[in-house]
Amino acid sequence: MLIEVVNVVILALLAVTALAAVRLNDLFAVTMMFGIYSLLATIMFVVLDAIDVAFTEAAVGVGISTVLMLGTIGLVGRRARKASHRPILPLIVVIITGAALVYGTLDMPRFTDPAAPVHQHLGPYFLNESPDQIGIPNVVTSILASYRGYDTLGELAVIFTAGIGVLGLLGLRRRKRPGHEGGAR
Amino acid sequence: MNDNPVLRIVAKIIIPMILLFALYVQFHGDYGPGGGFQAGVIFAAGFILYGLVFGTEALRSAVPPHILRIFIALGLVLYAGVGVTTLLMEADFLAYNALSQDPVAGQHLGIFLVELGVGITIGAVMITVFLGFAGRNDP
Repeated sequence: MLIEVVNVVILALLAVTALAAVRLNDLFAVTMMFGIYSLLATIMFVVLDAIDVAFTEAAVGVGISTVLMLGTIGLVGRRARKASHRPILPLIVVIITGAALVYGTLDMPRFTDPAAPVHQHLGPYFLNESPDQIGIPNVVTSILASYRGYDTLGELAVIFTAGIGVLGLLGLRRRKRPGHEGGAR
Repeated sequence: MNDNPVLRIVAKIIIPMILLFALYVQFHGDYGPGGGFQAGVIFAAGFILYGLVFGTEALRSAVPPHILRIFIALGLVLYAGVGVTTLLMEADFLAYNALSQDPVAGQHLGIFLVELGVGITIGAVMITVFLGFAGRNDP
Protein backbone atom coordinates (compact mmCIF):
# COMPACT_ATOMS: atom_id res chain seq x y z
CA MET A 1 0.00 0.00 0.00
CA LEU A 2 2.71 2.44 1.04
CA ILE A 3 4.72 1.58 -2.09
CA GLU A 4 1.73 2.43 -4.30
CA VAL A 5 1.35 5.81 -2.62
CA VAL A 6 5.06 6.53 -3.08
CA ASN A 7 4.88 5.49 -6.74
CA VAL A 8 1.87 7.68 -7.45
CA VAL A 9 3.47 10.68 -5.73
CA ILE A 10 6.75 10.26 -7.64
CA LEU A 11 4.97 9.78 -10.98
CA ALA A 12 2.87 12.89 -10.35
CA LEU A 13 5.99 14.89 -9.47
CA LEU A 14 7.69 13.59 -12.64
CA ALA A 15 4.78 14.86 -14.73
CA VAL A 16 4.80 18.24 -12.96
CA THR A 17 8.58 18.60 -13.46
CA ALA A 18 8.33 17.69 -17.15
CA LEU A 19 5.51 20.21 -17.70
CA ALA A 20 7.47 22.89 -15.86
CA ALA A 21 10.53 22.18 -18.04
CA VAL A 22 8.38 22.59 -21.16
CA ARG A 23 6.70 25.79 -19.95
CA LEU A 24 9.75 27.60 -18.62
CA ASN A 25 11.65 30.03 -20.83
CA ASP A 26 14.80 30.38 -18.75
CA LEU A 27 17.16 27.60 -19.88
CA PHE A 28 19.01 27.64 -16.56
CA ALA A 29 15.75 26.82 -14.76
CA VAL A 30 14.96 24.16 -17.38
CA THR A 31 18.32 22.49 -16.67
CA MET A 32 17.53 22.45 -12.95
CA MET A 33 14.14 20.88 -13.79
CA PHE A 34 15.93 18.13 -15.74
CA GLY A 35 18.16 17.52 -12.72
CA ILE A 36 15.11 17.24 -10.45
CA TYR A 37 13.47 14.92 -13.00
CA SER A 38 16.52 12.62 -12.94
CA LEU A 39 16.56 12.67 -9.13
CA LEU A 40 12.90 11.63 -9.05
CA ALA A 41 13.67 8.87 -11.57
CA THR A 42 16.49 7.75 -9.25
CA ILE A 43 14.04 7.47 -6.34
CA MET A 44 11.70 5.51 -8.64
CA PHE A 45 14.49 3.03 -9.45
CA VAL A 46 15.32 2.65 -5.74
CA VAL A 47 11.66 1.90 -5.02
CA LEU A 48 11.79 -0.72 -7.79
CA ASP A 49 14.91 -2.26 -6.12
CA ALA A 50 17.07 -1.50 -9.17
CA ILE A 51 19.94 -0.04 -7.15
CA ASP A 52 22.56 -0.29 -9.90
CA VAL A 53 20.33 1.59 -12.35
CA ALA A 54 19.48 4.17 -9.69
CA PHE A 55 23.20 4.65 -9.06
CA THR A 56 23.83 5.26 -12.77
CA GLU A 57 20.89 7.63 -13.07
CA ALA A 58 22.10 9.62 -10.04
CA ALA A 59 25.66 9.89 -11.37
CA VAL A 60 24.87 10.48 -15.05
CA GLY A 61 21.41 12.09 -15.09
CA VAL A 62 21.69 14.32 -12.02
CA GLY A 63 25.42 14.96 -12.09
CA ILE A 64 27.20 14.92 -15.41
CA SER A 65 24.39 15.81 -17.82
CA THR A 66 23.36 18.81 -15.67
CA VAL A 67 26.94 20.10 -15.80
CA LEU A 68 27.15 19.49 -19.56
CA MET A 69 23.86 21.30 -20.17
CA LEU A 70 25.09 24.22 -18.06
CA GLY A 71 28.27 24.27 -20.16
CA THR A 72 26.13 24.39 -23.30
CA ILE A 73 24.04 27.25 -21.86
CA GLY A 74 27.32 29.09 -21.32
CA LEU A 75 27.83 28.81 -25.07
CA VAL A 76 24.33 29.51 -26.41
CA GLY A 77 22.90 31.97 -23.90
CA ARG A 78 20.29 31.66 -21.22
CA ARG A 79 17.02 32.61 -22.95
CA ALA A 80 14.98 30.28 -25.13
CA ARG A 81 14.06 31.84 -28.45
CA LYS A 82 10.34 32.06 -29.14
CA ALA A 83 9.15 29.33 -31.51
CA SER A 84 8.36 30.70 -34.96
CA HIS A 85 5.57 28.20 -35.68
CA ARG A 86 2.51 27.03 -33.78
CA PRO A 87 3.06 23.79 -31.85
CA ILE A 88 -0.20 22.12 -33.01
CA LEU A 89 1.26 19.50 -35.38
CA PRO A 90 4.02 18.34 -33.00
CA LEU A 91 1.44 18.16 -30.21
CA ILE A 92 -0.83 15.90 -32.30
CA VAL A 93 2.11 13.64 -33.20
CA VAL A 94 3.17 13.36 -29.54
CA ILE A 95 -0.38 12.62 -28.35
CA ILE A 96 -0.87 9.89 -30.97
CA THR A 97 2.53 8.33 -30.16
CA GLY A 98 1.79 8.46 -26.44
CA ALA A 99 -1.63 6.89 -26.92
CA ALA A 100 -0.10 4.10 -29.03
CA LEU A 101 2.51 3.42 -26.33
CA VAL A 102 -0.13 3.32 -23.59
CA TYR A 103 -2.23 0.99 -25.77
CA GLY A 104 0.87 -1.21 -26.15
CA THR A 105 1.30 -1.53 -22.38
CA LEU A 106 -2.22 -3.01 -22.08
CA ASP A 107 -0.88 -6.28 -23.51
CA MET A 108 2.07 -6.44 -21.15
CA PRO A 109 2.02 -8.77 -18.14
CA ARG A 110 1.09 -7.18 -14.83
CA PHE A 111 3.95 -5.61 -12.85
CA THR A 112 5.65 -8.20 -10.54
CA ASP A 113 3.71 -11.04 -12.23
CA PRO A 114 5.89 -14.14 -11.66
CA ALA A 115 4.43 -15.80 -14.80
CA ALA A 116 5.67 -13.01 -17.05
CA PRO A 117 7.88 -14.29 -19.92
CA VAL A 118 10.84 -12.24 -18.68
CA HIS A 119 10.86 -14.28 -15.44
CA GLN A 120 10.56 -17.61 -17.28
CA HIS A 121 13.35 -17.54 -19.82
CA LEU A 122 16.95 -16.52 -19.00
CA GLY A 123 16.32 -14.66 -15.73
CA PRO A 124 16.06 -17.75 -13.50
CA TYR A 125 19.08 -19.32 -15.24
CA PHE A 126 21.26 -16.28 -14.49
CA LEU A 127 20.00 -16.06 -10.91
CA ASN A 128 20.50 -19.77 -10.20
CA GLU A 129 23.79 -20.36 -12.00
CA SER A 130 25.62 -17.10 -11.28
CA PRO A 131 26.83 -18.06 -7.75
CA ASP A 132 28.43 -21.28 -9.07
CA GLN A 133 29.60 -20.12 -12.50
CA ILE A 134 30.76 -16.58 -11.70
CA GLY A 135 31.01 -16.64 -7.92
CA ILE A 136 30.37 -12.95 -7.19
CA PRO A 137 27.47 -11.75 -5.03
CA ASN A 138 26.23 -8.95 -7.32
CA VAL A 139 24.28 -10.70 -10.09
CA VAL A 140 23.91 -7.42 -11.98
CA THR A 141 27.68 -7.22 -12.39
CA SER A 142 27.99 -10.86 -13.41
CA ILE A 143 25.29 -10.44 -16.09
CA LEU A 144 26.71 -7.13 -17.31
CA ALA A 145 30.37 -8.06 -17.45
CA SER A 146 30.29 -11.81 -18.09
CA TYR A 147 27.00 -13.24 -19.45
CA ARG A 148 26.38 -10.13 -21.52
CA GLY A 149 30.01 -9.16 -22.06
CA TYR A 150 29.49 -8.56 -25.78
CA ASP A 151 26.73 -6.03 -25.12
CA THR A 152 28.84 -4.16 -22.61
CA LEU A 153 31.76 -4.10 -25.05
CA GLY A 154 29.38 -2.62 -27.62
CA GLU A 155 28.16 0.00 -25.13
CA LEU A 156 31.72 0.96 -24.33
CA ALA A 157 32.43 1.28 -28.05
CA VAL A 158 29.43 3.63 -28.32
CA ILE A 159 30.79 5.84 -25.52
CA PHE A 160 34.26 5.71 -27.07
CA THR A 161 32.77 6.84 -30.39
CA ALA A 162 30.85 9.64 -28.66
CA GLY A 163 34.06 10.84 -27.04
CA ILE A 164 35.90 10.75 -30.36
CA GLY A 165 32.99 12.64 -31.95
CA VAL A 166 33.18 15.41 -29.35
CA LEU A 167 36.94 15.57 -29.82
CA GLY A 168 36.48 15.88 -33.57
CA LEU A 169 33.72 18.49 -33.41
CA LEU A 170 34.83 20.69 -30.53
CA GLY A 171 38.47 19.83 -30.02
CA LEU A 172 40.20 20.46 -26.73
CA ARG A 173 42.56 23.23 -27.69
CA ARG A 174 41.87 26.57 -26.09
CA ARG A 175 40.03 28.91 -28.46
CA LYS A 176 40.80 32.60 -28.57
CA ARG A 177 37.79 34.87 -28.52
CA PRO A 178 37.08 36.80 -31.72
CA GLY A 179 38.93 40.10 -31.56
CA HIS A 180 41.76 38.77 -29.40
CA GLU A 181 44.84 38.35 -31.55
CA GLY A 182 42.70 38.25 -34.64
CA GLY A 183 40.09 35.62 -35.31
CA ALA A 184 38.38 32.79 -33.49
CA ARG A 185 39.76 29.69 -35.12
CA MET B 1 34.02 31.46 -9.00
CA ASN B 2 37.73 31.70 -8.42
CA ASP B 3 37.59 34.19 -5.56
CA ASN B 4 35.08 32.38 -3.36
CA PRO B 5 37.22 30.98 -0.49
CA VAL B 6 34.45 28.78 0.96
CA LEU B 7 33.90 27.10 -2.40
CA ARG B 8 37.62 26.59 -2.97
CA ILE B 9 38.28 25.06 0.45
CA VAL B 10 35.19 22.85 0.41
CA ALA B 11 36.13 21.65 -3.09
CA LYS B 12 39.67 20.88 -1.96
CA ILE B 13 38.34 18.80 0.94
CA ILE B 14 35.64 17.02 -1.02
CA ILE B 15 37.48 16.18 -4.28
CA PRO B 16 39.80 13.53 -2.75
CA MET B 17 36.75 11.91 -1.14
CA ILE B 18 34.91 11.83 -4.48
CA LEU B 19 37.91 10.18 -6.16
CA LEU B 20 38.29 7.67 -3.31
CA PHE B 21 34.56 6.86 -3.47
CA ALA B 22 34.89 6.34 -7.23
CA LEU B 23 37.69 3.82 -6.65
CA TYR B 24 35.54 2.07 -4.01
CA VAL B 25 32.61 1.85 -6.46
CA GLN B 26 34.97 0.57 -9.16
CA PHE B 27 36.58 -2.22 -7.17
CA HIS B 28 33.59 -3.08 -4.99
CA GLY B 29 31.21 -3.50 -7.94
CA ASP B 30 31.40 -7.30 -7.64
CA TYR B 31 29.94 -7.18 -4.12
CA GLY B 32 27.61 -4.20 -4.04
CA PRO B 33 25.90 -1.83 -6.41
CA GLY B 34 28.22 -0.10 -8.82
CA GLY B 35 30.85 -0.97 -11.37
CA GLY B 36 32.86 0.60 -14.13
CA PHE B 37 30.13 2.83 -15.55
CA GLN B 38 29.25 4.50 -12.27
CA ALA B 39 32.86 4.66 -11.07
CA GLY B 40 34.04 6.31 -14.28
CA VAL B 41 31.34 8.95 -14.07
CA ILE B 42 32.01 9.66 -10.37
CA PHE B 43 35.76 9.85 -10.98
CA ALA B 44 35.15 12.31 -13.82
CA ALA B 45 32.76 14.28 -11.56
CA GLY B 46 35.63 14.88 -9.14
CA PHE B 47 37.75 16.37 -11.92
CA ILE B 48 34.80 18.33 -13.31
CA LEU B 49 34.21 19.87 -9.87
CA TYR B 50 37.86 20.88 -9.88
CA GLY B 51 37.38 22.43 -13.32
CA LEU B 52 34.22 24.27 -12.23
CA VAL B 53 35.82 25.80 -9.15
CA PHE B 54 39.41 26.45 -10.29
CA GLY B 55 38.75 27.03 -13.99
CA THR B 56 39.14 24.79 -17.03
CA GLU B 57 42.72 25.99 -17.53
CA ALA B 58 43.71 24.47 -14.16
CA LEU B 59 41.86 21.26 -15.06
CA ARG B 60 43.72 21.16 -18.38
CA SER B 61 47.07 21.29 -16.63
CA ALA B 62 45.92 18.63 -14.13
CA VAL B 63 44.82 16.22 -16.90
CA PRO B 64 46.45 17.23 -20.20
CA PRO B 65 44.27 16.53 -23.26
CA HIS B 66 46.84 14.26 -24.90
CA ILE B 67 46.79 12.02 -21.80
CA LEU B 68 42.97 12.01 -21.90
CA ARG B 69 43.03 10.92 -25.55
CA ILE B 70 45.25 7.96 -24.66
CA PHE B 71 42.99 6.94 -21.77
CA ILE B 72 39.83 7.09 -23.93
CA ALA B 73 41.32 4.42 -26.17
CA LEU B 74 43.12 2.52 -23.38
CA GLY B 75 39.91 1.40 -21.65
CA LEU B 76 38.36 0.00 -24.82
CA VAL B 77 41.66 -1.68 -25.77
CA LEU B 78 41.84 -3.27 -22.31
CA TYR B 79 38.29 -4.62 -22.64
CA ALA B 80 38.77 -5.93 -26.16
CA GLY B 81 42.25 -7.15 -25.20
CA VAL B 82 40.74 -9.46 -22.58
CA GLY B 83 38.60 -10.91 -25.38
CA VAL B 84 41.59 -11.36 -27.67
CA THR B 85 43.55 -12.96 -24.81
CA THR B 86 40.82 -15.55 -24.29
CA LEU B 87 40.81 -16.15 -28.06
CA LEU B 88 44.58 -16.75 -27.97
CA MET B 89 44.00 -19.23 -25.11
CA GLU B 90 41.78 -21.18 -27.49
CA ALA B 91 38.50 -20.25 -25.84
CA ASP B 92 35.62 -18.10 -27.10
CA PHE B 93 35.87 -14.30 -27.27
CA LEU B 94 35.42 -12.93 -23.71
CA ALA B 95 35.08 -16.45 -22.20
CA TYR B 96 36.85 -15.58 -18.93
CA ASN B 97 36.97 -19.18 -17.71
CA ALA B 98 40.15 -19.66 -19.75
CA LEU B 99 42.03 -16.91 -17.90
CA SER B 100 42.87 -19.15 -14.94
CA GLN B 101 43.05 -22.82 -13.96
CA ASP B 102 39.97 -22.36 -11.81
CA PRO B 103 36.98 -21.13 -13.91
CA VAL B 104 35.57 -19.00 -11.09
CA ALA B 105 38.95 -17.30 -10.51
CA GLY B 106 39.10 -16.70 -14.28
CA GLN B 107 35.67 -15.08 -14.15
CA HIS B 108 36.79 -12.84 -11.26
CA LEU B 109 39.91 -11.74 -13.14
CA GLY B 110 38.01 -11.17 -16.39
CA ILE B 111 35.24 -9.13 -14.76
CA PHE B 112 37.82 -7.08 -12.82
CA LEU B 113 39.71 -6.23 -16.02
CA VAL B 114 36.72 -5.40 -18.21
CA GLU B 115 35.15 -3.25 -15.47
CA LEU B 116 38.47 -1.43 -15.17
CA GLY B 117 38.45 -0.86 -18.93
CA VAL B 118 34.88 0.47 -18.76
CA GLY B 119 35.80 2.82 -15.91
CA ILE B 120 38.89 4.21 -17.66
CA THR B 121 37.14 4.97 -20.95
CA ILE B 122 34.00 6.44 -19.36
CA GLY B 123 35.95 8.67 -16.98
CA ALA B 124 38.22 9.98 -19.74
CA VAL B 125 35.30 10.56 -22.16
CA MET B 126 33.31 12.47 -19.52
CA ILE B 127 36.23 14.80 -18.71
CA THR B 128 36.83 15.25 -22.45
CA VAL B 129 33.21 16.17 -23.14
CA PHE B 130 33.24 18.61 -20.22
CA LEU B 131 36.44 20.25 -21.47
CA GLY B 132 35.06 20.36 -25.00
CA PHE B 133 31.95 22.28 -23.92
CA ALA B 134 33.12 24.34 -20.96
CA GLY B 135 36.60 25.13 -22.25
CA ARG B 136 35.36 26.87 -25.38
CA ASN B 137 34.48 30.26 -23.99
CA ASP B 138 37.45 30.84 -21.75
CA PRO B 139 38.58 34.43 -21.79
